[in-house]
Amino acid sequence: MSFLPFAVAAWLFLAGLYGIVSSRNLIRTILSLTIVQSATYLVLLGVGYADHAQAPIFADIPQTAKAVDPVVQVLVLTDIVIEATVTALLLAMAVQAHKRFGSLDPSDLRALRD
Amino acid sequence: MNRTTRLALFGIAVAGFGFVLVDGLAGLPDFGNYHGVYGQVITGIGVTERHATDLVTALNFDIRGFDTLGEEFILFGSVLGVVLILRELRGESEHPNRHEADEHTFAGASEALRALGLMIVPALVAIGVYIVVHGQITPGGGFQGGVILAAGPFAVFLAGRYLRMKLIAPHMLVELGDAAGAAGYALIGLGGLVFVGVFFKNFLPFGIPGHLLSAGQMDLASAAVGLEVSGAFLVAFSEFLDQAVLVKDGSG
Amino acid sequence: MHITALTVAVPMIAAPTLVAFRHWTPRILNDVGATGVAVAVATLCALLLAKTIKNPFAYWLAGWRPSHMVTIGISLSIDPIGAGLATFAAILVTGALVYSWRYFDAADGLFHALMLVFLAAMAGFSLTGDLFNLVVFFELMGAVAYALTAYKIEERGPIQGGINFAISNSIAAYAMFVGVALLYARTGALNMAQIGAALDGHRADPLVIVAMTLLFIGFMTKAAAIPVHFWLADAHAVAPTPVCVLFSGVMVELGVYAIARLYWTIFAGPMAPHAEELRAILIAFGTVTALWGAVMCFSQRHIKRLLAFSTISHVGLFLCGIGLLSAKGLAGVATYIVGHGLTKAALFMLAGVLLHRFGTIDEFDLHGVGRGLPLIGALFATGGLLLAAVPVVTTFFGKSLLDGAAIDAHYAWLPTVFVISSMCTGGAVLRLTGRVFLGWGASEREDVVQAVPAREEEDEETATRDFTPRLMVLVPAVLLAGAIMIGLIPGAVPGIETAAAHFRDHASYIGWVLHGGRAHFPPASTSHLETYDYLYGAGATVGAIVLAAVTLFAYRLKDRLPAIVLSPALAGLRTLRGLHSGHIGDYIAWWTAGAALLGGTSLVFLK
Repeated sequence: MSFLPFAVAAWLFLAGLYGIVSSRNLIRTILSLTIVQSATYLVLLGVGYADHAQAPIFADIPQTAKAVDPVVQVLVLTDIVIEATVTALLLAMAVQAHKRFGSLDPSDLRALRD
Repeated sequence: MNRTTRLALFGIAVAGFGFVLVDGLAGLPDFGNYHGVYGQVITGIGVTERHATDLVTALNFDIRGFDTLGEEFILFGSVLGVVLILRELRGESEHPNRHEADEHTFAGASEALRALGLMIVPALVAIGVYIVVHGQITPGGGFQGGVILAAGPFAVFLAGRYLRMKLIAPHMLVELGDAAGAAGYALIGLGGLVFVGVFFKNFLPFGIPGHLLSAGQMDLASAAVGLEVSGAFLVAFSEFLDQAVLVKDGSG
Repeated sequence: MHITALTVAVPMIAAPTLVAFRHWTPRILNDVGATGVAVAVATLCALLLAKTIKNPFAYWLAGWRPSHMVTIGISLSIDPIGAGLATFAAILVTGALVYSWRYFDAADGLFHALMLVFLAAMAGFSLTGDLFNLVVFFELMGAVAYALTAYKIEERGPIQGGINFAISNSIAAYAMFVGVALLYARTGALNMAQIGAALDGHRADPLVIVAMTLLFIGFMTKAAAIPVHFWLADAHAVAPTPVCVLFSGVMVELGVYAIARLYWTIFAGPMAPHAEELRAILIAFGTVTALWGAVMCFSQRHIKRLLAFSTISHVGLFLCGIGLLSAKGLAGVATYIVGHGLTKAALFMLAGVLLHRFGTIDEFDLHGVGRGLPLIGALFATGGLLLAAVPVVTTFFGKSLLDGAAIDAHYAWLPTVFVISSMCTGGAVLRLTGRVFLGWGASEREDVVQAVPAREEEDEETATRDFTPRLMVLVPAVLLAGAIMIGLIPGAVPGIETAAAHFRDHASYIGWVLHGGRAHFPPASTSHLETYDYLYGAGATVGAIVLAAVTLFAYRLKDRLPAIVLSPALAGLRTLRGLHSGHIGDYIAWWTAGAALLGGTSLVFLK
């Protein structure tokens, strides 16, 4: 039980990589990338979790109460913003790819072979 | 490589990489067993030093505010990239679909949906502003509130009135908001340098914890971030929606 | 020092301002404004460099200084190498911006704003002392770079290149996040000095080794080491020229810097008992990168792809230099980065001149067209010689330090690898100079050894022209002059050696970051040039010239080679080239393989 979150995170990372490698559609590739990033959230948040602890919001709990780690929460917040924006950028590129190549299949993107 | 070769290569590679990953993760302390010094120091001093009760926001906009500056600009740069990549080219025009877009309806968008959608808008805006402004007291802050604020005009689109949404949130205005928020956040950091000698040091009075105007610059930073996030998301929405609804490729 | 954070803040305030007013400002205002900001940043970084040469220091942002050895805030830990890289980045951005005054139709200030944010990211990356902050600036560099790569949306290549770049580098960043999480869980800190202090004295267990692997593979992806390099050739082939200048000139090198920085601040302690094995692993990756890059470079006809592979080959050299884990190796890499960056920037700019003038970037299509452009031809040839590290230019000094470091570490065969790579990369440039500017050699490719024609690349402007703006030739000329002369400035190379020795000083770093105060370094030794340095340098240069000449004039000779040598060689080359398919699935499969390889060998040999 104590390793489960990290095991799930590892699984997500690998499953996301598989999604990118095997995908036949750029949108699916981009979403698989999102899955890989979810793995990083799990690891970060899992690292900071403390049993029987509150959220680090002291508005209504005494200051001496035990709280989970606020630092990893900030790291994950940053992480989420990064992911959202890079996904937006990639989706914009996918829109243009569809216009230029007429297809979203990575195998049909043939402008850059050696 | 053909698909079979690629998957075969990946199969071997992922087995190895998976083993490496799990071996590393196995060295972590048990889940739930957090004893790190950084977090404990912050929870110890956060409220007393900064008079903020939401320590996540305190970290975000004060203690690790420089990280947030980088993150802000990732948002800013990416949305700029979206504008760049979806920009209008010669041969594309917005005209042909314009009249369709005005009454652009989703499948089965009824009058009830429209009414509900339009009713939600002020609620969303109010909630968004509330969350932005109370970031240092309760869970929330610029990022979360900014996304909710962006959802406001977006609900107008969902209610079926795309061009109306563009009237409420015109391109230039939201771009300006995005830029102003980004520059504003950097200027707050500069304010720290100018007024108290260190970049990003909190230079506004701290007030009383739990009150609206507390924790110094966090409120201001939240507002700047909220402005930027809502602007950025609206710019991104508009760009994508323009492509989907308005733009007709001149060459067909 | 108060101006420290301004290096990042100034471009970050200027960029949104440019964007806010972009619908109303004329092009010239954007050009002048952006260039002015870049110059300002370069000046600020140079001032930091001057201050930190005597004494490195840490600037604690938001005023949160460490208390009781626990860091709370983020620090900018400024030492000469970091400040030097930031200055170098700013100078190259200035050059790229000046070059693009005449270059192309910059969309409404968006280009300028993105370049300034890119500059801010590179400056922040070089100066930061916090591990998570490093990854954030890595992502910032990346996000802007992806957008700039896909700039020319009218063509198909840039979109594909942008997508491949974005996905590859994002995976790299996610691996790094996991690495950061691992280290954070173990040490409770995010500041590099504090993590290093916490890990000192403990053995490297799998968690630390895997954290190192994940962080290293991430930065190796940015640096485009084999086998995580595939995105770079794509991105360089399609990005606008001023952007390629920055990619090859400094962005890729920052990946190498990060590996060195992380090793010496965080991992030097736990890895010390296994330094020899780590050295072997890094040098293995570096050697493969150097040789693969050299071979691919020489077989290209698309000039920008040729230069891209040459960058990959040089990254291999840099990785070997870092991998030697010595002060001399580090100094060699730093010197070489400066020389190579200036040269590569200039070469890309000159390639851009050809594209601008003739509408194509294919070496064979350009056969003989440069006959009336002796100056540009001469500059190209100079660039080729610089890549081959002819004595006594900056690249030569860098290479000599690397040779010395390799021999000191008992890797006597490594200088030969360096010679072969620089021979191929320099030779390729000399060959294309001969073909384009002197009309030598064949004008059409008959067989399969060379790559497919670079027809895809339409130009960044439309028609061919009959003039070339002077600015577009002046800037690369200035950069090449710098590449020739910087090594000769008295005290420059010894200064770099001293800075490298201090960079390695793990205990001092922890001291001056966490405790403040003056750092006390033991005196550093500096090297002298040996005879073998000149021999290697001359050998590589002569070899490059010979290689170019043979390929131009005696190409048919290769058919005289025995089939038993020729067929496998050609087949091998064809396979290698086939791997660069443009398919993102392939690239990520190789990425996973690379990560598995690095992680596997590390876990086996470094425990």
